[in-house]
Amino acid sequence: MRLPVLCALLGALACRTTPAVKPDTDFYRRVQADLIRAKAGDVVELPEGKFVLDRSLTSVASDITIRGKGMDKTILSFQAQEQGAEGLSVKGDHVTLEDFAVEDARGDAVKITGSDGLVIRRVRAEWTRGPNTGNGAYGLYPVNCRNVLIEGSVAAGASDTGIYVGQSQNVIIRGNKAMKNVAGIESENSKQVEISDNDVTDNAGGILVFDLPDLPVQGSEGTRVFDNRVSHNNIDNFAPSGNIVASVPSGTGVLVMAADDVEVFQNTVTDHRTLNMAVVSFQVLQRPIKDDRYDPFSERVHVHHNTFKGGGADPAGLLIKALTLKLGNPLPDIFYDGIVNKKKLGADGSVSQDLRLCIHDNGGASFVNADAPHDFARIDHDLAHFACSHPPVAPVTLAGTP
Amino acid sequence: MRRGAALAAAAVSLIACQHPRRAPPRGPARVQPHTAEPWPERLSEWGLFRADGSALEPNPGVLLYDVATPLFSDYADKLRTVWMPEGTSARYDADGAFALPVGTILSKTFQFDRRRIETRLLVHGERGWVPLPYLWNEDGTEATLEIVGAIVPVELQHARVIHYVVPNANQCQGCHEQNKALVPIGITARQLHRPFWSEDQLERWALVGALTGLPALDQVPHNAIWGGGEGLERSARAYLDANCAHCHSPQGPAASAGLDLRSSTSEPRLLGVCKPPVAAGRGAGPGMLLDIVPGRPEASILPYRMRSTDPGVMMPELGRTVTHAEGAQLVEDWIRQLPGRCE
Repeated sequence: MRLPVLCALLGALACRTTPAVKPDTDFYRRVQADLIRAKAGDVVELPEGKFVLDRSLTSVASDITIRGKGMDKTILSFQAQEQGAEGLSVKGDHVTLEDFAVEDARGDAVKITGSDGLVIRRVRAEWTRGPNTGNGAYGLYPVNCRNVLIEGSVAAGASDTGIYVGQSQNVIIRGNKAMKNVAGIESENSKQVEISDNDVTDNAGGILVFDLPDLPVQGSEGTRVFDNRVSHNNIDNFAPSGNIVASVPSGTGVLVMAADDVEVFQNTVTDHRTLNMAVVSFQVLQRPIKDDRYDPFSERVHVHHNTFKGGGADPAGLLIKALTLKLGNPLPDIFYDGIVNKKKLGADGSVSQDLRLCIHDNGGASFVNADAPHDFARIDHDLAHFACSHPPVAPVTLAGTP
Repeated sequence: MRRGAALAAAAVSLIACQHPRRAPPRGPARVQPHTAEPWPERLSEWGLFRADGSALEPNPGVLLYDVATPLFSDYADKLRTVWMPEGTSARYDADGAFALPVGTILSKTFQFDRRRIETRLLVHGERGWVPLPYLWNEDGTEATLEIVGAIVPVELQHARVIHYVVPNANQCQGCHEQNKALVPIGITARQLHRPFWSEDQLERWALVGALTGLPALDQVPHNAIWGGGEGLERSARAYLDANCAHCHSPQGPAASAGLDLRSSTSEPRLLGVCKPPVAAGRGAGPGMLLDIVPGRPEASILPYRMRSTDPGVMMPELGRTVTHAEGAQLVEDWIRQLPGRCE
């Protein structure tokens, strides 16, 4: 058997060889020493050039800035990485990362843990070979953070999500580009999140707002998704199996799952082979829920003044393909599974006004309530049944960011 | 017996088990504590080890200790010491790390056969714990502060050469973190409650005045001793506690993953049983959907990541470059006999 075939079968690990590119050890030592010695108020400057690293860079200091000369001028390349689960690992409060790129990390590109007051500005996280299951999971990855601003940045090639915020609070993700990832942008188990003015194209899924079980921080509440351009996110889903994001059908534009208080407005969502937009409960994944604290339902979701266009004619995934027999082809712009919390139904069996899904003023967008709870028995295409409104989700104000 | 004398006697009694051949570091005959910058550039300046003979011999007051089940570090032998300022002591805690006084110096020397590679100090300074990695010279005569770490070729058994990684000072916090603060890991009741020579280690600490608040020994929790034949359940749980729980615990740096691998955890889901991964990426191996599938280690993500040496997959993320085959085997054997099934 030829080596490339063997490698493909065994996965990248088995065929890891000595890196072809020699690591720039002096650069590592200099920058890592600067990061270790950094004190509040310091700026750690990264010079112009492409630097090959064999280890993670690690920062734990608060009140510092790590600054390059531009996301196409200062390139931290981890193609020779032998150690570390991420390219750049950041802890500490009031940290600004700006104007550099992290390429080809073995794991996550830029992971920030537990930071209060984080700015990521004009940073590029990319796997340069394009979509590949062997790429790292997350591009720009704040988790357990508060007061986060990610703007003017680029994420490409992540085998999970390009720009991902998890278990965090007070987050603004605006004016970024995400492409060729499994998911472009995702907010997961996070509260008060704004995702606006981003270009999200050529991922398998565009923008995801999720609430998942089994996480220490529960609940996704207060998410505003607006003014984004989400188009043709139709590449194959290349996520490793086992990850939730592997369940997202290729060709999904905006997906709200199990999240509450979500306002999706003024977005342009076009040409997704499966669905331009879906609002679903966690139950659609047909995974068991063992977490008593978990609320799997999407409640108070408000979809208005968006432009939906094209798509739906070539759905991915067997289940959804089968559904086209019932739902029609092309699939409608907006898909709703119709799964509601039965414990919260009113005396007349309907969802109360303040919890229901509201959809209005989306041009000529087509719609379906698939009535999944009754085995698709009462499929409903009538948007008049969802013609309601919720008060706007409050804009996010960041505390303590520079 | 005065405390210092007792410690010295204890130290001397242990030298017999050290077999270093190389010349030892030069330096003062007593510990020279530092609690603020500038930190000594050379390890010998701390005066932790004595300079007569060829061994790395603890100076008076420097207490050698051992843990029940160690963290795996590429099969390195580890020599651990603790020193506390005269008249101070550790405060017993049944669950977490013991409170240690300002001025405390913990040291861990990593060596292969007789070649010393690095000595990591964890110093309780005026403004919290400070990690200070010292890298030994080739002769093993002195170690110098090397905050950015290093990659050192090391030969293991069967002429297997590895790129042993000395972590950088910031990476220490990747493991040594609770509630966002840097703390020691191994100074816990579970890990220290074990025989040390002919006595119980904690009793010995108490005897020499290094520990206060020690309850009756039968009240003290203990991890299984690595290789001590204490049964699969206790051995595997001790292994997970020592090798994973510093991150995978509610206040640890990997809290967001929702696992709690401490010995004290009883809820199977928190141990990963039938639990889907959170952000494993390709760490979730091919076709693997759950951290632990009872009875099926081959379908479980946890041992898959323990066996991997790919930086983007392996667990722990830092601290090893080779697989700990014996540790992975232990955890796999444990999973194989776990009852129940996942939906």
